[in-house]
Amino acid sequence: MNIKKTIKGKKMIIALDGKLDTNTAPQLEAAIREGEDSITVLEFDFANLQYMSSAGLRVLLSAQKIMNNQGEMIIRNVSGEIMDIFDITGFIDIFNIKK
Amino acid sequence: MVNRVNKKEQLTVDAKTDNLEQVLDFINEQIELCDCSMKVQIQIDIAVEEIFVNIANYAYQDKIGQAEVQTEIQEDPLTIFITFIDSGIPYDPLAKEDPDTTLSAEDREIGGLGIFMVKKSMDNISYEYKQGHNILTLQKALV
Repeated sequence: MNIKKTIKGKKMIIALDGKLDTNTAPQLEAAIREGEDSITVLEFDFANLQYMSSAGLRVLLSAQKIMNNQGEMIIRNVSGEIMDIFDITGFIDIFNIKK
Repeated sequence: MVNRVNKKEQLTVDAKTDNLEQVLDFINEQIELCDCSMKVQIQIDIAVEEIFVNIANYAYQDKIGQAEVQTEIQEDPLTIFITFIDSGIPYDPLAKEDPDTTLSAEDREIGGLGIFMVKKSMDNISYEYKQGHNILTLQKALV
């Protein structure tokens, strides 16, 4: 999985390309950790994300909890397959998912 | 497809998360022959990841043991059966209570999500502990 991180002022945008699984989720966690203190918006771009297991959901949930305290988290460009995962796990109601 | 009726394959690896890729490649080789939808393939991959990683993390505690993965494809309707066998501590993942998926982010728990996703996406899951082995079988129609 490739992680592309862009910081614009108080906003951090993370674009993922590939599979967010048990082995790659720690990389995303580390990328979020680095820089989360100074941001008020955390935005994910999932346009090129093909797959997500519960390990990925855990990282997103902990990011959501952090951002609830200091701003907002947005997820964009979610594919049908990933949306199904958010749906069955109830995360569809927790995450701010935008087109 | 006719020549693949009741096709059986198996793979044995050390139960380590480093081997997840190898297990998924093995499973995907079987599924790709069946021309099923991307959605079903992803659901199966997620289920296999959750079960294999569980075995890798918990079955043998600090020791390294083995995990055997067997696949069987049956026709009418085209269905895959994936069986995981380990000789670690007895553990029935189906006994775990489902997480409450209606809670807010603050109240959501991190645990139990993986097996819940497996339960929701597979057609059937069975578990038995027999002669020192955990035997868990996933069943999913390849449509």
